[in-house]
Amino acid sequence: MRVAVVRFPGSNCDLDTVHVLRDVVGVETDLVWHRYFDGSEYDGVVLPGGFSYGDYLRAGVIAAHSPAVKEVAEMGSEGKPVLGICNGFQILIEAGLLPGALLANDCLMFVCKWITVRVETDRTAFTNLSKEGRVLHMPVAHFQGRYVNDQSQVKEMFRDDQIVFRYVDDRGEPTPESNPNGSVSNIAGVCNLEGNVVGLMPHPERSSEGVLSPTRCSDGAVVFRSLMECLRVRGEIRAGCERS
Amino acid sequence: MRTYVVEVVIENKPAARDPEGEAIWRDLIVRGGFEAVKSVRSGKYLRLSVEAGSEEESRDLTVKMCNDLRIYNPVVHVCTVSVKGVRT
Repeated sequence: MRVAVVRFPGSNCDLDTVHVLRDVVGVETDLVWHRYFDGSEYDGVVLPGGFSYGDYLRAGVIAAHSPAVKEVAEMGSEGKPVLGICNGFQILIEAGLLPGALLANDCLMFVCKWITVRVETDRTAFTNLSKEGRVLHMPVAHFQGRYVNDQSQVKEMFRDDQIVFRYVDDRGEPTPESNPNGSVSNIAGVCNLEGNVVGLMPHPERSSEGVLSPTRCSDGAVVFRSLMECLRVRGEIRAGCERS
Repeated sequence: MRTYVVEVVIENKPAARDPEGEAIWRDLIVRGGFEAVKSVRSGKYLRLSVEAGSEEESRDLTVKMCNDLRIYNPVVHVCTVSVKGVRT
């Protein structure tokens, strides 16, 4: 089982993500320059945070049209787990692999702080080890993180279980005060219909070890441990198919 | 008095490099197969609704505003003001 973290010019959370995957969770991980990325060599992929191509035109749009993201789309359609964190989420949105748009925060400020999200579904490749309703502490650090989609689409996404994370307060309620950027329905992360492609604005890789957290929590690790679990299950299914 | 639609475009002077325009051109447009596009300059775009007695007056007022409020930085920017018509 091997996972890739794809680095674009301007990625800056790539090494943190590789560290957590390799040293905290224990999955074989390659850091791959986008031009050399071949999705067929990997069982899963993470697009890390940062400022790919300087956020020019719109955050994520230039990377979204790169050959590397065509490979990512192919992996997604094959059912392989695909995760986009922050700028990686923006790339998946701009590539049309996830629905909606991410606009400038409603406060028009770069928001960098610890927030709380609630896990809305445990059916995805990155939340299968987390119970629905579990509250996670993670940091956000972004300027363009306001999730927007038209009302009817959002309604369908709730119906189809595509809302993965929502910003909530300490009691686990999605309030306007707990929403750091003005996202519609406090949406912090979404997935595709199948649940194998997930994007979120918060940074699980910055909250996977207690030493990095003001509350000593390591909540973000569950995202990567769920990836491991997904890979294990997919591996077993594949081995089963090969035996039969 | 009528309401005129006035457009303000602010871009870098030709001598000032425009990394955003260059990246959009090289990494998105040319790589995306549109080699016929030979250059891109990025900038900021403002569309104003201006009350004035005439088209000329709306243009003059906008130019004065751009200068007085330093809507652009004359050291590095070129500012183009054009009246697009009357708001109906």
